Amino acid sequence: MNDNKVNLLGWTCPRPLLNYPTIVMGHGAGGQMMADLIEHLFAPAFDNQWLGQMGDSAAISLLSLLEGSQSGKSILNQQSAINIAFTTDSFVVNPLFFPGGNIGELAVNGTVNDLAMRGARPKFLSAGFILEEGLPMEILGAIVTAMAQACKKAGVSIATGDTKVVQKGHGDGVYINTSGIGIIPAGLDIGPGNARPGDAVIVSGTVGDHGIAVMSVREGLTFQTGIQSDTAPLSGLVDAMMRASAVLETSEGPQPIHCLRDATRGGLSAVLNELAGASKVGIEFDERKVPLRPEVNAACEMLGLDPFYVANEGKLVAIVRNELAEQVLAAMHAHEYGKDAAIIGKVVSEHPGMVTAKTSIGGMRVVDVPAGELLPRIC
Amino acid sequence: MKYIDEYRDADLTHRLLAQIQKTVTRPWNLMEVCGGQTHSIIRSGLDRMLPAQINLIHGPGCPVCVTPLELVDKAIALAALPEVIFTSYGDMLRVPGSSRDLFAVKATGGDVRIVYSPLDAVQIAKANPNKTVIFFAIGFETTAPANAMAILQARAQGLKNFAVLVSHVTVPAAITALMDSPDVQVDGFLAAGHVCTVMGYWEYEPLAEKYHIPIVITGFEPVDILHGVLDCVQELETGQFEVRNAYARSVTHDGNQPAQAVIRNVFEMTDRAWRGIGVIPMSGYRLRDEFTAFDAEQRFPQIQSIETHESPLCISGLVLQGRKKPDECPAFGKQCTPRTPLGATMVSSEGACAAYFRYGRYLPEMKKDERQ
Amino acid sequence: MCLGIPAKIVELYETNGMKMAKVDFGGVIKEACMEYLPDAKVGEYTIIHVGFGLSILDEQEAMETLDLLKQIDALGDELPGLT
Repeated sequence: MNDNKVNLLGWTCPRPLLNYPTIVMGHGAGGQMMADLIEHLFAPAFDNQWLGQMGDSAAISLLSLLEGSQSGKSILNQQSAINIAFTTDSFVVNPLFFPGGNIGELAVNGTVNDLAMRGARPKFLSAGFILEEGLPMEILGAIVTAMAQACKKAGVSIATGDTKVVQKGHGDGVYINTSGIGIIPAGLDIGPGNARPGDAVIVSGTVGDHGIAVMSVREGLTFQTGIQSDTAPLSGLVDAMMRASAVLETSEGPQPIHCLRDATRGGLSAVLNELAGASKVGIEFDERKVPLRPEVNAACEMLGLDPFYVANEGKLVAIVRNELAEQVLAAMHAHEYGKDAAIIGKVVSEHPGMVTAKTSIGGMRVVDVPAGELLPRIC
Repeated sequence: MKYIDEYRDADLTHRLLAQIQKTVTRPWNLMEVCGGQTHSIIRSGLDRMLPAQINLIHGPGCPVCVTPLELVDKAIALAALPEVIFTSYGDMLRVPGSSRDLFAVKATGGDVRIVYSPLDAVQIAKANPNKTVIFFAIGFETTAPANAMAILQARAQGLKNFAVLVSHVTVPAAITALMDSPDVQVDGFLAAGHVCTVMGYWEYEPLAEKYHIPIVITGFEPVDILHGVLDCVQELETGQFEVRNAYARSVTHDGNQPAQAVIRNVFEMTDRAWRGIGVIPMSGYRLRDEFTAFDAEQRFPQIQSIETHESPLCISGLVLQGRKKPDECPAFGKQCTPRTPLGATMVSSEGACAAYFRYGRYLPEMKKDERQ
Repeated sequence: MCLGIPAKIVELYETNGMKMAKVDFGGVIKEACMEYLPDAKVGEYTIIHVGFGLSILDEQEAMETLDLLKQIDALGDELPGLT
């Protein structure tokens, strides 16, 4: 265990962190507070080129993996172009079970998707469980069964794992961490910094389903609805998109799919803002073009929430070269998880780092990142 | 959604904008009283679409923003007590007190819970007989009937562990205070549609008469807002100063009588301090004596002496009175952002400062005179 | 200040001596207190604020107003500020 005390003042602008002497819920909500924590604490501390990619998963060349290894030297020359995608995700969902799934599916699909967003084919996962003393065995059984089914559906194997138990009162029943690896096809470079003015912005389906499904069973806010979580493995969809844009066969010229990002906490707006920021471009979209279930819309109105901030678990945003947008869209429509996909906007050179939207009345608004945890309002 | 989509119709919006453009011949300052209206206007981009002569001033109709710092600090002190379950509407959780907010109290072990309806707080009290459940009863007249019902229910169910921290404010007194202030620049008001759904609009007739100022009861969706603006501008251009109802599908002259009766039953008028503005006489509600048993401030007298420290940089008050725009504040976007708010107008989802920041109104390309 | 959303009354009943209802916001159903709308009927639309019905929406009034507004001539020219 490292003895060094964390010296906040030694790193880049600590001010955002100093406002909070302790961690608060907002730090895990996928919005600006969490981004601050990463930017001002984790990133400067761990400081390396792979973390610096800030992608859903890190792309690690076989070269770097083998660097410094004597036995690896012989493999170096032939396989140096291969990149491995490596990612991790932790799941601390409350409640554990919600309409459309449970923490188990999220744990598998979440990591599968982080790999898929790099264009990698997910192959192997690890699963670490932190279980609270007193958790009923049948609850764990239901979660594990769900994980097994999700793995089958996604075509991945849980190759390694770990289990720990904490005392009663020290965990919400179950916490799960999954890490995953996959191979990124040679020459493929899909990353958050690749968007270019003129590119089309595509979302793979209806937004806000997961967040509303969870809220509908959260104590204090319960309501009746048919909305289910949209948790899904997106690797197959990404595969179909890449084949449609013939990206695997492209050996020259810029590849058609520039960015892929799955929309989780922080919703559609968090993803668009991250991509705009990483690529230093502006994004403009049309609110009316964003697929939205009427029931999700109704729930958001009732609670005073913006559907663009509400969490998803089975949706991605793709930024693709404009000429190939329709082709990619057609391939998405033909896939189970892309039926409602739509082109919602475009990348522009104006207002870099900022996302704007045309409103339902033809006006214009800036779509920012939510500050912290999403709260229902009465005002 | 019925009764919402029709009022977000782009075509109707454009017709109304065209009509307003045709009607207006000189600059007018209109104040939309309600924070929910501010939020809707800025979120839909309506403020940038109105003719240049119409200047919308964002009024103090944000109960979150005007809840006195002292009460926020009292809420925080109560929430930190181990025997208390503190319940509140979501809006109040990030409002900065003198040193922290309710969220921070939650983080250090306080039992703070968000409720959707005040009746949920009563349920929590019933389910937790060994704890005292305190409900933060904030709001304008719109929310008073609901908050009052919670108290009546607690009494009817014989609950001894339920109390409320009351911070109710009322609109007519605020309009009076605004119009009486020396540098007032408001020519007409768009009154709050949901406050008037409860109270009716009979209270505004003497105000329109006294100050020779048109008051139009207005709804919240873009078409509703424009309808209100059009009516107001028509009155101004023809020298009229009446109360008109542009939200007739929900508002009547007398309002909701059963709701008003319950408000009178549970509350009485009192002077209230408005954060950033000061004390406005007879501008709020407090519990009637017979409900003292439900008053959190009486139950926990230790919170009565609380020292408050408002940020010296915060000009929320001037913003709430419509005398300054959010981006005219030196701290705006620098020390004061939604993540690091110095005052309530930056925290509340309908606070003018938050709306300006979130919807980018401070950016050069978003300023009205720079429209294409 | 007051988030009031229209919802359709789908069921009326009583709980703890209070008139209650199940209201439908358009695929989302929640319970609301109807004590302030003693004449409310199933099928009517109501404005719901913090779980309480505050008014019954007057359909006739709404239609008349909308019709009136729609009669406003649309100008041929583009207004500044419209995107």
